[in-house]
Amino acid sequence: MRIYVPLDSAAKALGADEVAAAVLAEAAARGIAVTLVRNGSRGMVWLEPLVEVETAAGRTGFGPVAPEDVPGLFDAGFGTHPLALGAVEALPFFARQTRLTFARCGVIDPLSLADYEAHGGLIGLRRALGMTAEAIVDEIKLSGLRGRGGAGFPTGIKWDTVRLAHGARKYIVCNADEGDSGTFADRMIMEGDPFTLIEGMAIAGLGVGATKGYVYTRSEYPDAVAVMRRAVEIARASGVLGDSVLGSGRAFDMEVRVGAGAYVCGEETSLLNSLEGKRGIVRAKPPLPALEGFLGRPTVVNNVISLATVPVIFEKGAAHYADFGLGRSRGTIPLQIAGNVRFGGLFETAFGMSLDEIVNGIGGGTASGRPVKAVQVGGPLGAYLPVPHFDTPFGYEEYASKDALIGHAGLVVFDDSTDMLGMARFAMEFCAIESCGKCTPCRIGAVRGVETIDRIAGGDPGAIPLLADLCETMKDGSLCALGGFTPYPVMSALSHFPDDFATAKAAAE
Amino acid sequence: MQTALPAPAAEDIRAVIAPHLALEGPLLPMLHAIQHAFGHVPETAVPVLAETLNLGRAEVHGVISFYHDFRAAPAGRHVLKICRAEACQSMGANALAAATLAKLGLDWHGTTANGAVTVEPVYCLGLCACAPAAMIDDRVVGRVDGAKMARILAEAGA
Repeated sequence: MRIYVPLDSAAKALGADEVAAAVLAEAAARGIAVTLVRNGSRGMVWLEPLVEVETAAGRTGFGPVAPEDVPGLFDAGFGTHPLALGAVEALPFFARQTRLTFARCGVIDPLSLADYEAHGGLIGLRRALGMTAEAIVDEIKLSGLRGRGGAGFPTGIKWDTVRLAHGARKYIVCNADEGDSGTFADRMIMEGDPFTLIEGMAIAGLGVGATKGYVYTRSEYPDAVAVMRRAVEIARASGVLGDSVLGSGRAFDMEVRVGAGAYVCGEETSLLNSLEGKRGIVRAKPPLPALEGFLGRPTVVNNVISLATVPVIFEKGAAHYADFGLGRSRGTIPLQIAGNVRFGGLFETAFGMSLDEIVNGIGGGTASGRPVKAVQVGGPLGAYLPVPHFDTPFGYEEYASKDALIGHAGLVVFDDSTDMLGMARFAMEFCAIESCGKCTPCRIGAVRGVETIDRIAGGDPGAIPLLADLCETMKDGSLCALGGFTPYPVMSALSHFPDDFATAKAAAE
Repeated sequence: MQTALPAPAAEDIRAVIAPHLALEGPLLPMLHAIQHAFGHVPETAVPVLAETLNLGRAEVHGVISFYHDFRAAPAGRHVLKICRAEACQSMGANALAAATLAKLGLDWHGTTANGAVTVEPVYCLGLCACAPAAMIDDRVVGRVDGAKMARILAEAGA
């Protein structure tokens, strides 16, 4: 009997390891032969730990399973049971998705190369090995893929710059420092389908002439680091990585590196400095990392999802990917629905969905049952959007036109018990804690921002225009998005929720 | 009360960092290895790293002090990290953290008097759809409420 219990961190945080142990113990006690597969998460976190069983009719799921539920599941023969979900892929949250990047996540054993290949893995790499570097980069250009870390820069143009750069040694650096609150797509794919990231990086290497890759992962993801490291070892042992990728005579290898608790190291130049063993200080651009990156050499720095999307683009073709989406936002985006939400998890879909549909239609509204007050989209540097703005279609330019950003596509839902002044204060506090310290508007501005918001909270009316002025300075004068975009959550909170800032003032008067 | 252990000797540090010498940009892997072996990055590591990597001691100190993860002194027997970021805040993390610190009589980064638990803030564990989240040593915990936190603290001997 084949039983799947996820090893994904969210599943583990909700007891998956204990459930797995209970399954093995119960099977042993009953003398039932069981193959336990620790898969990735299907991304429906409210159902975790989500246990699946292989039956003659296909896979069927049960969840959320607690260790004490396990004997009952065996008693029921994993058939009719209160926790039965039927075929997981038929559940509405899942069925409505367009899974391209996340096609295998939750389906396969993440560390089985055989499983990976049986589900379309390595088709892309094999195809790329027969293409010229220029053709590989053209395929990415045609797909319309844009950086999924948040900047949305056309990936094909970035790769072309590195391809054409002169240098004996080039690098593919994967930014796996997924520090934005509300985001977990990178973590999920590294834990649930690590080979897709490896394959994507190898294809990138072929496209630009890089023979070495680094995955810079945040230290707050110990499970993802462990799975990625194991996957790299397996890939190397199987000849997918090394001096001769799949026997081609072309070299590509990679290492997993771990950060050390600095949010700013998610900024690409800070990341490169950190990778070099320095303080994570932000660099001025130019020069672009594409020309002078890691150790001053031509480097592709791409987000996990950008690189993990490369294999499916080569497997199914650029046109297939580009056919989804709207405007200049082509392809699919893995939305991470988080916070105070009833149905939280990973929802991969074509660009274009409205926030109302995401939060209410798919997310089911708040977990608390109270009204939705705001949704922060794009991480701690993203704007707080109020309900009247929920009609905005999900896309890069579409959000920019509303003074918002989609970032890495994390969405955090807040209910009406939220104090938006407190959230604005936290935005400044977080910036102060995480500032690399190089530029004055961020280093000093964030500290003054906390003080100014405290003055507003204390009832000082003059502090509001001062806060707006400070935000303008930080926006215009900061070296990177940490200081530069902190005004987004602050000013959106102030402009959309003035009552939260006025009450203190009125109370003082 | 923490019993002061003797600081690791230079040759202990050199042994720990030796496997990482051939890496490109070896300093962060070396610092992680040192903290993993000794529970902190001792002062004695600075001149060893400086000499090994041909860096100034000030520069090495600068790198160590930049990153939140690296400790100058050992923590308690267990490290409890409570997430303070936005998604966890949306599900009551502020109240959870305040109650936990109050219960233990600590500020952030403090260690209980019996040396069992150090409580630290963390900004995102990627568990944003099962908030509020925490990590006890390397074990992640989601949907942490008062009862779950009490169990975590009890198991850790706080």
